[in-house]
Parts: sequence; structure tokens; C-alpha cells
Amino acid sequence: MSIKDFLKKISSSPGVSGHEEQVARIIAQEFTRYTHEVNMDSLGNVLAFRKGQRTEEKEPIKILVSAHMDEIGLMVSKIEKGGFLRISPLGGIDPRSLLNQEVVVHGQQDLPGVIGAKSPHILDPEEIEKGIKMEKLFIDVGFSEEEVKKRVSVGDPVTINREFMELSGEHVAGKAMDDRAGVALVLKFLQELQYLNHQADVYAVATVQEEVGVRGAIVSAYNIIPHLGIAVDVTHGDMPGVAEYKTSEIEKGTVITTGPNIHPQIYNKLVEIAREYNIPYQEDITPGPTGTDARAFQISREGIATGLVSVPLRYMHTSVELISLKDIHASALLLARFTASLNNDFLEELISCY
Amino acid sequence: MLLKELSEASGVSGGESEVRRLIKEAVEPYVDELKTDMLGNLIAFKSGSKKAPRLMLSAHMDEVGLIVAGFEESGLIRFSKVGGIDDRVLVSKTVLIGEKKIPGVIGAKAIHLQKPEERKKSLKVEELYIDIGAKSKEEAKKEVKLGDYVSYNTRYQEIGVNYAKGKAFDNRVGCALLIEALKKEYTFPLYGVFTVQEEVGMRGAAVAAYRIRPDLALVIEGTTAADVIELKEESYVTTLGKGPALTFMDTSVICDKKIIETLVELAEKENIPIQFRRFTGANTDAGKISLSREGVRSVVISVPCRYIHNPVNILSLEDVKNTLKLIELFLDKLPEGGKKQAYAND
Repeated sequence: MSIKDFLKKISSSPGVSGHEEQVARIIAQEFTRYTHEVNMDSLGNVLAFRKGQRTEEKEPIKILVSAHMDEIGLMVSKIEKGGFLRISPLGGIDPRSLLNQEVVVHGQQDLPGVIGAKSPHILDPEEIEKGIKMEKLFIDVGFSEEEVKKRVSVGDPVTINREFMELSGEHVAGKAMDDRAGVALVLKFLQELQYLNHQADVYAVATVQEEVGVRGAIVSAYNIIPHLGIAVDVTHGDMPGVAEYKTSEIEKGTVITTGPNIHPQIYNKLVEIAREYNIPYQEDITPGPTGTDARAFQISREGIATGLVSVPLRYMHTSVELISLKDIHASALLLARFTASLNNDFLEELISCY
Repeated sequence: MLLKELSEASGVSGGESEVRRLIKEAVEPYVDELKTDMLGNLIAFKSGSKKAPRLMLSAHMDEVGLIVAGFEESGLIRFSKVGGIDDRVLVSKTVLIGEKKIPGVIGAKAIHLQKPEERKKSLKVEELYIDIGAKSKEEAKKEVKLGDYVSYNTRYQEIGVNYAKGKAFDNRVGCALLIEALKKEYTFPLYGVFTVQEEVGMRGAAVAAYRIRPDLALVIEGTTAADVIELKEESYVTTLGKGPALTFMDTSVICDKKIIETLVELAEKENIPIQFRRFTGANTDAGKISLSREGVRSVVISVPCRYIHNPVNILSLEDVKNTLKLIELFLDKLPEGGKKQAYAND
């Protein structure tokens, strides 16, 4: 499947934190084509294993490459009179981005719904000035209270109903690009590996529950015990009203992060490979634990050497997250070349550099 | 009924072409004359066998939306609102620009990058822009022109128990009903008018009424239904599922009492549920029509719609059905009264 088609499919699928089953199945199915074994663990992580080509007897170097498959969303918190549904946030979602949004309530069956918004004719002028609060919002599914109760329960997850959009050039937009774009990148990475020799054993993982505390990453790293853990995620793209140094430019290439969460040698190596193969890249810093799976990898068991490769994304945590497929391709190529370069000497360097 | 096609067509005030084309095609086989006037109103005429009364049955084709107002060096597109829109609903939505329907998104700063004070304030049109994925002003201008109309990108779908969601139900539901009404034969001269630019001041209706010089006018509309959890019953305006809404008055018109009386009687006799619009605000084409030339007795019949002027509205298909019934009953009844007896100035 082309990366665009795969991204379209997984971005449109529901999978809020803790409810990733549906999107996990699609991902597992596609990862199977490029790996030797695919498993799911008790939290729901998809763990795909691709064996390296061994040239020596030594224990092979193990690399874990992960992207989280969960998305932010909402949860039904109350069924009100008239059949309207109250909602709670699931992950960091700006209530101001929800007014009159189309949603799918994942109850007994999937129900399309609309988040209500007054018509402007009856709006209080003061209301317009204020950012709407989550507790004022409600979902209308077009059923009476009685009918709603047959289909929906408190605790049911809700996702935004958004069709994947192909924009100018290689730009695409939609919901859950954070981090389905990363998952698509990992697929592309696996596809690229087919054409390269790599000694390293590769674990490609689609993690659960990143948005609520990188939980899938915690257990998958513990389980796999990799030497290297590379998180693949999205990072803030350039946009008006945000300082340039806080963002990365869309379509300017992959983003390689450095900072205390990142092993200096992995960062150096990624930059070196990008230069060597003329892969467009940009650099970014995070001054502490990153908001990615790398946060958990670094402190797994006795500690893991960690890296972070990202795709610039505009409008993060809205339902119109925008990225460029070019950046996905550049990132995948970088990771594949990086993986192919790994050998036991590099493992030595990771310690000796200190 | 053409509600789905009409709802999904783009037709922001002044840019009603796509909607007009759809309607033209649909009514052509049923009418004696069909013409478009200088402003773009589509006027269908069924001559009937008698000379009177001349009825103007109208519905506006346009919808609220946006218009391209400028380009940033970065390729981002600035816009203005066309018609009444709550700025806040534009955040995190997708849109279609111009006749080529170039897709774009209206994004917002990520929650991670916002200061706590920012979250308390709403986002205004001046702070928003459309992103079509163009990398520069030049690239954006290749696909989009200044003045291109922008409409919400919303699909029509039936949901719940006999409800439908979609955009522009104000007033594509009126257009769909008017098309249906034009399919029947009547003895009196009937002008079916699909007006332009209602949302920016009922401008199409003004010139159409002047041209037609009707004896009476019936305006078909989609009106606010605010029957939701956040509001008290007295503020509902109308309620979904309770039938067509009759208007006593709005900001633009006081409706003709005699015609309202007739409509109420007809509804009662035939057991059609009706309700009264409990709100005196907002404008309709009836405002302009009623003040045309020497004055025209006018009424408004509306289908209640939740969340109108927003990207997604919800209406009851039962209400749509009952509204059509009431309109058809009224048209059947009209020749009996005729101009002289019931509706003309004595």
C-alpha cells in the first residue's frame, strides 16, 4: 500500500488512548508484510520483528523504532435530558477547536453526531468573546434520550469525524496525524529496509496510550530490551503567532532532536547519515524529557540509548493537523540508512563517548 | 427530494451558480418559463389557467460562508465572513475554495503552545487563515483568486431517527421544498423564485418581487431551532419534530394575519403539526417582498434547523415532509379564495 493510502486509512480510523484496537489491526496487518513476526502485548501495543542479517556470532544489536497509534479524543461523561451527550477530554484537546465539530460516538454501534453551537442570531455578544469551555459543549446524535440510552453509555470514546484531505503538492491534513503520520513513517521505514542490508534486529512498534503518559512505550521497551530506542513522532510546524525557534518548517525535511532525552551519539550519527545521503533535515532541541515515547525508552530497565526523529506538523491536537508526505519520506529514508549503518562498534561508541 | 445534492453544493451569497444549475435542471421539465435575472435570481413561472392570484413562492439559494480577502507571503490565505457567522466555529474546520473547490483547512495554534490567558479568549476571524498547503504567495495564487467564495466542507447524512445533518440547510431545505411544489399543476399563476444574496441583506428578493409584482408571497425558509440542553424552553425559537414553523414577525416583516389564519386552519383540518416561531429577531426575504412596490401580503413557513449558519446543521426529515404537505395544501386551497375574497386589499 502506498504511504498516502495507508496514512489515509489509519488517520480516518478511530483509536483514542486505551481504545486502539481498530487501528491496531490495520497496522498489524500492514507491518506483517515487511517483518518476520507481529505480536500484540497485554496493553495493545503492536510489536513487529524484522530479523537482521547476521555476519558474526555475537548478540545482534537491537533497535526499537516506535510511533504511537493512539489519538486524542473525548469520552461521554453524561447522557442529558433530550438525549444530548456531555463530554470529557481524553488527552490534551482544546475545547475551542470543538465547537460544531462532527464526531463519531463509539457506543454499541458507531453513531455520527454533531457538537452543538448556537446560531449567531441568538448569541449573546459577550459569549462570542470567550473561549468555550468543555462543560458547555454537548453532542447531538439525533436520538431521543430513551433511544440514546440503548446505544450509548458513559465512558464510550468519541472521535472527531474528519475525512483525510489532500492539499496542494504533497501536503495532507486530517485528524490524528499525531502520530499516525509517525506510524506511516515506520511503515515506509520497513519498506526501505527491504532494499538494504542491516545487521541489527529491528523492532517496529506502534504504541498505545502515548497521549496520556507514554504508557505503551514503557512496557514495550521493557519487553524488547533494545540497545537503541528511536521514537518517531510529530513536532510543531511553522505558523503565524508562534516564535520561529519553537517550530520546524514544513517540507524542509526530517527533524532530528537533541537534548538531555537524546543520546548524543545517536543524534550525531543521524545528522551524519542525513548529510552523507543528502537527506533534507532540520535540527531541534528539547530541554528535558520530550513529549514522546523517547521519554520512557531512556529510563527503561538499565537505560536505553534514545533518539527522536519527527515530522513537522501544523495545528497539533486540532482535527486539521497538516503535514507533508515529503517529510515522512525523508525521515523514513534517514531511519533506514541509520539502521543499516548499525553494528557492534557503534554499540561500543555509545558508552565510550562518555 | 434534492436535499443532499443541494446541501453539498457550494453557494455563498453572490456565488450561487452551482446551486442555480442544480435547481434549473430539476425544475425545467415542470415549468412554462425559466429565467435568470440581472442579479442571478432564478425565476420559474407556471402560468396556470387563471389570471389571479399571482403567487410568489420563494426560497433563497445562498448560504453564509467566507470570501478570500488576501494572501500572506507564506502562502496562507486571509478571509472575511459573508453573512452572519460565529467566528468561533471556524477553528479546526475544512473548507472548499472557489469553483475548483480547492480544499483547505482552518487551523489553530496547538494547545501546547498556548498561554493560559489565550485559552480563555475566543479566536477571531482576524487571527484565522486558510491553509491549502501552498508554500508561497505565488503558489497560493495559482490555485486561488482574491474574491473566491469559500464554503464549509460538510457531507449530508441521515442520522438518528429520521434526522439529517449537513451544511446550508438554511436555505437549501427551502429550495428542495420549492422544487417539489413546482412539480404539481395549479390553476393560478405561480412564480417559483430562487433568490440570491438573502444572507447579505435579502437583495435578490427585493428585485425579484419588483419584477413579478405578486398579489401575495410565501417564503420558504430554514429557521433556528435552539431546542438544546444549554437553553431554556422559552428560548428554543422552534423545536425539531414539531412541524413547520409559522412566523408572526421577525426583524424584517410582520406576516399577514389572514394567511397565517388560513395556514393554521388547514393544518388543523389535515392534522399536520405546526408550531410558531417564538422569536422576533432575524431577517427573511419576506421583509423585502412585503415592502415591494405598493406592498405585498407575505408569510414565512420555516423548517426548524439546529445550529444554522454553522458548518453542520441538523433537521428533522419529518418536519420537511410536513412542511411540504402544508405548502401543497395551501396552494390547492388558493384558487378557492382567489385574490379578491381572501387576500387582496378590499
